[in-house]
Amino acid sequence: MEEFAELLDRLVLTPARNGKLTLLVDYFRDTPDPDRGLALAALTGDLDIANVKPAMIRALIAERMDEQLFAYSYDYVGDLAETISLVWSTDEPVRANAVPTLGDIVTSLALASRSDAVRLVEKWLDQLDASARYALLKLVTGGLRIGVSARLAKQALAQFGDVDVTEIEELWHGLKPPYEALFAWLESKADKPQSLATAPFRPVMLSTPLEEPDYTKISAEAYVAEWKWDGIRVQLTAEGGRRRIYSRTGDDISQAFPDIVDFMNFEGTLDGELLVARNTDAGVEIGAFGDLQQRLNRKTVSARQLESHPAFVRLYDLLLDGSDDVRGLPFVERRARLESFVKQLEPTRFDLSPLVPYDSFDDLVELRKNPPHPIIEGLMLKQRSSTYVPGRPKGPWFKWKRDPFIIDAVLVYAQRGHGKRSSYYSDYTFAVWTGPETEPHLVPVGKAYFGFTDDELKQLDAFVRNNTTERFGPVRSVRAEPEHGLVLEVAFEGLNRSKRHKSGVAMRFPRISRLRWDKPPIEADRLETLEALLRDSETAD
Amino acid sequence: MLKRPEALLCSTPAGLYSPAGDFHIDPVRAVDRALITHGHSDHARSGHRKVMATQQTLDIMGLRYAGNFAGETQAADLGKATEINGVTVSFYPAGHVLGSAQIVVEKDGMRIVASGDYKRRADPTCTGFEPVSCDVFITEATFALPVFRHPDSRDEIAKLLKSVEQFPERSHLVGAYALGKAQRVIRMLRDAGYDRTIYIHGALEKLCHYYKSQGIDLGPLSPATTETGSVQDFAGAVVIAPPSAFLDRWARRFPDPVSCFASGWMRIRQRARQQGIELPLILSDHCDWDELTGTITELGPSQVWVTHGREEALVRWCELNDYAARPLHLVGYEDEGD
Repeated sequence: MEEFAELLDRLVLTPARNGKLTLLVDYFRDTPDPDRGLALAALTGDLDIANVKPAMIRALIAERMDEQLFAYSYDYVGDLAETISLVWSTDEPVRANAVPTLGDIVTSLALASRSDAVRLVEKWLDQLDASARYALLKLVTGGLRIGVSARLAKQALAQFGDVDVTEIEELWHGLKPPYEALFAWLESKADKPQSLATAPFRPVMLSTPLEEPDYTKISAEAYVAEWKWDGIRVQLTAEGGRRRIYSRTGDDISQAFPDIVDFMNFEGTLDGELLVARNTDAGVEIGAFGDLQQRLNRKTVSARQLESHPAFVRLYDLLLDGSDDVRGLPFVERRARLESFVKQLEPTRFDLSPLVPYDSFDDLVELRKNPPHPIIEGLMLKQRSSTYVPGRPKGPWFKWKRDPFIIDAVLVYAQRGHGKRSSYYSDYTFAVWTGPETEPHLVPVGKAYFGFTDDELKQLDAFVRNNTTERFGPVRSVRAEPEHGLVLEVAFEGLNRSKRHKSGVAMRFPRISRLRWDKPPIEADRLETLEALLRDSETAD
Repeated sequence: MLKRPEALLCSTPAGLYSPAGDFHIDPVRAVDRALITHGHSDHARSGHRKVMATQQTLDIMGLRYAGNFAGETQAADLGKATEINGVTVSFYPAGHVLGSAQIVVEKDGMRIVASGDYKRRADPTCTGFEPVSCDVFITEATFALPVFRHPDSRDEIAKLLKSVEQFPERSHLVGAYALGKAQRVIRMLRDAGYDRTIYIHGALEKLCHYYKSQGIDLGPLSPATTETGSVQDFAGAVVIAPPSAFLDRWARRFPDPVSCFASGWMRIRQRARQQGIELPLILSDHCDWDELTGTITELGPSQVWVTHGREEALVRWCELNDYAARPLHLVGYEDEGD
């Protein structure tokens, strides 16, 4: 348990992805089964553990400690689990062999009733040190939020076993904590476990960006073109009555989309883009990415949302046709099969991503510039002969995104960075003008912390330090007046309406594309520019 | 016997004052005669006419204030009594930093111990706390909350060394106060078997040098400057600096540093998070809760006066355990200095 606690403590405070990976890999190497697998499940949220209510834990401490001293302590620390972990004291000396392992804790809790569970927790609190008490309390009260995504955990497993992450993703859904067979394979002590799950995830094929030197490779003879839809990539699989929707990293997101699952009355595996529709008086139209966000990251979905934002899938590939694995066939053959496959599907839930005819590269340039729908974010170019291979091979599939949107905004706040950047002001909030032309003021529209070079970062940092008007902890506000300040050219992928932001807009994927030292702030864009863009993106033609 | 201890020592805006002996202890303003417990700048200020302190504290003040920090100085030998205007004064080790002392003040059978800042656990860089029985014990309360229970210091050093091994391509930047903590961290690293060169920030140089001259072996130290080599020399290195240097441009010379902070405050996760500390090291030069309450129990004074920190919790504990206690409300001592 102490090793797990140490891992948690370090993960929470380590900002860098690589640092987190090192900590996880070292932990997997140094920790025996079943603890490492249980820890993994705890981190990814796959550990089912009896829930103990915070009030019950609070009652435990009240039996042991002066109420006022506890109140002073809680007031100072602010977090209940942390306060209790620190103030807990016992007269019994901690004996090394009495310290429970994570495995002991999980096993005992699985067998315990809720009231027994509290007494068990009390016993363990006496046996553990402060750091492990904190981990235990977070674990049993279900508050383990430490910034490790399932994706990161799988990456760490891949690094630990020196295998490709797609291999982990493929196996993942057939495995259960504590993943002993998986670890044995990763340590080369056993064969790769067979995926036992029905309807498992099959690692998806990804594209690489099309860049200048590759333009000459593209011809209508070699590549077909499709629109690149701005939804979320999904894999639909239905096998022997089992239906699942996976994200492109293999997370099972079926629960959030019952309106798709209900109609997955086929046998096979499909690849496509999940989009949402909007019911309007004029009929059904495709929603913007903002509409899709209404449906994302939800464990369950309400009837009202199903009605207002119904989901559908725009299909572009077929992996399994019945039980026939067609991934080894060339794209054009899979496409032909897909076209006949779609005919048996419910048309309001599934349709086909059309091929975009073109003759020359110049046609593509035009198409990319003027896509027929705002939910299109560019073109996909797929080699006719390409087989379906997992990962991101360069050549068979290219994505060619339309140019980002650009605005000029004014730097208003800067925040100190983390880790490598902790001595720099590296997170920038930028604003555009609003209000009457004669008396304009700035309203923040976004925040960006990348896009610039290391040299530009130094220049930005120096500007912030020399033009600070106020400081609030790690944040500085920066001089931003019509004739004095710094204009940032900001590139972004799209806009959503936002109730949380004062400006009413939220940018997708904003980054600093240029520093406009030459431009006086008053010449930066106005909020109206963004509002117009927002209206455009919401109106399909 | 003096009826009221306040006639011997009381709190004033300038700090603790002895009406009977006409002197101050750790005054926060310039006074005529000051007795100083230890060299931290909030306790040892410059500009007093006469200063009495241990020789080491006087030396440290000399280093920090460049020579003429006081009109006149008098070195106090540990355990030896001196008379000031009819009040007997003696200094006893406090275990806080090199040269630190408790000041015992006595007259007509009334004895008050002003313990200054103190700690009870072993520190290889200074003489350990010596308990002195007394009528009134004046205790600090920096970490006087039951949440502060400092773990074994050696485990914290082991945590640092483990991380150095785990991230050999990064430098470990350890924030530590220039007087006391920095030298203690260095000495403890040596005791744990770490014998590589330790790099130090310029602000630590004079004090490290002084510690060495007092017989505390700190092993090979080198200034953390890039003039002597390239940035990559610091990969895998341990660098000690005052915490303020982290946020300074100074820190940029290190490759992807792991920021560490050696302080009792690191017990609270949110403190570490707010300051962007990746590896908190819970190492304190003050008593934790158990040590504070244990010291009061051990000394059994008839009164406890509580100063700088979380007075209310310690006063509450005294209440629960039948010690007469009150907060002193002295101002001017930095809460953060650990």
